[in-house]
Amino acid sequence: MRLPLATRLGARLVALSYLAALVAVPVGLVLYRALAPGLAAFWASVTTPAAIAAFNLTVTLLAIVVPLNVVLGTVTALVLVRGGDFRGKTLLQALLDLPFAVSPVVIGVALIALWGRGGWFGGIADAGFPVIFALPGMALATAFVTLPFTVREVEPVLREVGDEQEQAAGTLGATGWQTFWRITLPSIKGALTYGTLLTVARALGEYGAVLLVSSNLPGVSQTLTLLVHARYHDVANTYGAYTAATVLMGLSLATLVAGALLNRPRRTR
Amino acid sequence: MTAATATPVRPVRTRTLALGVGLLWVGVLIALPLAALLALSVADGPLGFARAVTAPGALASLTTTLTLAAAVALCSAVFGTLIAWVLVRDDFAGKRFADALIDIPFALPTIVASIVMLALYGPESPVGLHLSSTRAGVFVALAFVTLPFVVRSVQPVLAELETDAEEAAELLGAGTWTTLRHVVWPAIRPAVISGTGLAFARAIGEFGSVALIGGNLPGVTQVTSQYIAQRIEVGDPTGGAAVSVTLLAIAFGVLASLRVLARGRSGRWA
Repeated sequence: MRLPLATRLGARLVALSYLAALVAVPVGLVLYRALAPGLAAFWASVTTPAAIAAFNLTVTLLAIVVPLNVVLGTVTALVLVRGGDFRGKTLLQALLDLPFAVSPVVIGVALIALWGRGGWFGGIADAGFPVIFALPGMALATAFVTLPFTVREVEPVLREVGDEQEQAAGTLGATGWQTFWRITLPSIKGALTYGTLLTVARALGEYGAVLLVSSNLPGVSQTLTLLVHARYHDVANTYGAYTAATVLMGLSLATLVAGALLNRPRRTR
Repeated sequence: MTAATATPVRPVRTRTLALGVGLLWVGVLIALPLAALLALSVADGPLGFARAVTAPGALASLTTTLTLAAAVALCSAVFGTLIAWVLVRDDFAGKRFADALIDIPFALPTIVASIVMLALYGPESPVGLHLSSTRAGVFVALAFVTLPFVVRSVQPVLAELETDAEEAAELLGAGTWTTLRHVVWPAIRPAVISGTGLAFARAIGEFGSVALIGGNLPGVTQVTSQYIAQRIEVGDPTGGAAVSVTLLAIAFGVLASLRVLARGRSGRWA
């Protein structure tokens, strides 16, 4: 249907103004403020010892969490699709969706309830291996929020490709591992890559859950997101907050653009 | 098809091992923390739970959160639907750019969203809009992070909607408004409702995007997730856990009603 010209232009104007006021102008302003003082100033601001430590911590967390959730996510997707029925399957499915629905702060509190002193596993901290306010706690928080991404990308693709080729390979005498490497893995490669990139993007940006379980010391236990917060809030370094936010923005957007370029696997053909 | 025929190439032992690994992973990372949270929330008994949730600060934060989330969801519903319409039915230079902008709030870390909002609506606002530490500030931050939900749920429905019915209605003399109301709206309504519900569920749990622009003023701009973080800071994890469980229950309630709505719909239309 064709709307009258005036209505159409009015709708376009309102929609684009909303997008400009909410997204385009604010994002543009952050980039402008971060880069206007010049690239040298920007570089100096994002390579301070605290910033480098924050970058390293974020990369460390990625190195722990991403392989864990990608590998175990693939195993779990295989179990869900090819493993037949088992008791607790519905519960497992519900638990897998939980991280999408929970506030990050609630995740932090749950981790403190389990791993903190006085918690169920508090004995580990008492024995001299602190989890909360230490690296393991931050890894657990990041792992919690990013857990579903790979499973939920791989699962529908596995379902779609079916298991005829795997069965054929088995009939021809291939072992389970051979079947997995030569048949299953190539068929889920796209979904696996996309799931990995989503996991990376989400892990990079996690703030609330990590904040609650980190001691938040500059140069020691601050991730990039905590650095952005501390610079703006604690030390009133607004410019530093803009530059650190720009780095995070660049990393997240680059990850997701890479995913889009690799052509997100279509769920429905 | 039975379970047995689904896995002829995988020995039972491998399957059991894989199942065990998967359950251990989800169990340790998600189920156990959640169970510990539930246990901690009632550590002071049901009365303690009730006291923690009805404490003035908790109630004030819940009121702020639910009111703002509802207002933002409504705003998202109206503007999201309009944006989806413009992106599908209108044509103009830069449309692909506008479409790409929609994904930015999903892509950006929440703390970056807070900085982004402060750039335009904070103390350094070039247009003199100082929304920092006001409810309006929390509102714009929530509107930013929830922008994609309605747009991305309505867009594909509008794109697949056959224009025949609309054209027929117009040929039969229906005005633009009548056609929109009786032909287009019934078709996109489920998508609008589901997008709005998802936006609401996201808004009530939001933390990072309001962390800097909200100001965390108790009774004014403090949202429930900030109140929970504060309980932890002051050394009241039991109270924090009780309010956490309440927030979790509300989010689940919203998502469950959306699922029921969707099921009722597919039953009617299938």
